Amino acid sequence: MATVKIKYRDKEYEVNAGMTVRDAIKKVGLQPEAVLAVSDGKLITDDTIITDGMRIKLVAVVSGGAPGPRAAAGGAVSITAGGAT
Amino acid sequence: MKCRKCGETAVINMRQHKLGLCAGHYLEWLPEQVERFVEKYRMFTRQEKVLVAVSGGKDSLGLWDILHRLGYRTEGLYIGLGIGAPQSGAGGDYSGESLRLSEAFAVERGLTLHVVDVEERFGATIPELAVISNRGHGKPCSVCGLNKRYIMNRAALEGGFDALATGHNLDDEVAVLMQNTFNWAAGYLARQAPVLPAAGGLTRKVKPLCRIYEREMTAYCLVRGIEYIYDECPHAEGSTTIYYKDILNRMEADRPGAKLQFYLSFLQAKEQGLFAQAEDKVDLHPCDRCGQPTSAPGDCSFCRLWDKVRLVKQTVGARPQAAPLLAR
Repeated sequence: MATVKIKYRDKEYEVNAGMTVRDAIKKVGLQPEAVLAVSDGKLITDDTIITDGMRIKLVAVVSGGAPGPRAAAGGAVSITAGGAT
Repeated sequence: MKCRKCGETAVINMRQHKLGLCAGHYLEWLPEQVERFVEKYRMFTRQEKVLVAVSGGKDSLGLWDILHRLGYRTEGLYIGLGIGAPQSGAGGDYSGESLRLSEAFAVERGLTLHVVDVEERFGATIPELAVISNRGHGKPCSVCGLNKRYIMNRAALEGGFDALATGHNLDDEVAVLMQNTFNWAAGYLARQAPVLPAAGGLTRKVKPLCRIYEREMTAYCLVRGIEYIYDECPHAEGSTTIYYKDILNRMEADRPGAKLQFYLSFLQAKEQGLFAQAEDKVDLHPCDRCGQPTSAPGDCSFCRLWDKVRLVKQTVGARPQAAPLLAR
């Protein structure tokens, strides 16, 4: 199955295409209410289905520092430290 | 998801309002909401002069943009805290970058931005001040708050502004509300409101974004193309506000509208007199030194704090505190 890269601050995640942005955010252990998703320089809603070839960047909305992601709820998630935001 | 107004692709889904909007309609909708709250809570009128406190962040710059678009008479106030300066011990140049963004924002719109640099004006950066004064258990947040409140109030009064507007959003308000509720801090609960009227030398303070989600403000800045400082203050990491915001966001994910409901129910309870007994009438009088309001006898806590710092730094009298803050 095709995977799609999601960037958040200095981290990079890979998720499977076919899921919604909201599910992907949860999958990587982030709060859906605490981030917004941007693709091709445009805001996208969290019900958007992730398709092969998309590049997604998550923008933190919470002021006052960024709490680290909580442990992901299982599934295939890879994290690459040092990816550009 | 489609925009409810035109059927184009939506850029934001506001689950708490069951509302999805495209970029164009979102940029119309949000200022309309802010205007509605400015009027509902009688914050200020279009004839009055408003000083907007800006930090270079999304909320304050977004607020200033919205008020300017709505036709309100605004000027900005930026307070240079010296965070991230070489002597501050924090990484990066946080204050320098936030000043650059605030100035660029003002120049682009032809707006007036007043800059008060704490070190230049009073003799030390906020992180230095925290170390020297030994307040705040190693974190500068306490002295930072004291300095910002003092400078904002004094600048608003000296500049003849009718109100001081800050970018506190719903998430900020609800995080504080939750913290104060857990501590049953009735006095603080009694004082939390969208508007704090002018009294005893204190200027009117207003929070036009008090019912706007933090997520909505971020979306507004992204769609509007407002460049803001993305990283928050390095000293804010691990703060209790972040802790409560995280809990509240989990609740919001399960129950859309939970944060707004908590805040609105609080305002309603307050209006019905739930915290009336806790409203303490503090006797304010002018500080013997600077004339700003204080409840302490003699000098205010700001003057006393800086006395201590000047003594340590041996710069007594180098910077007269009574000189006007704003260059006119």
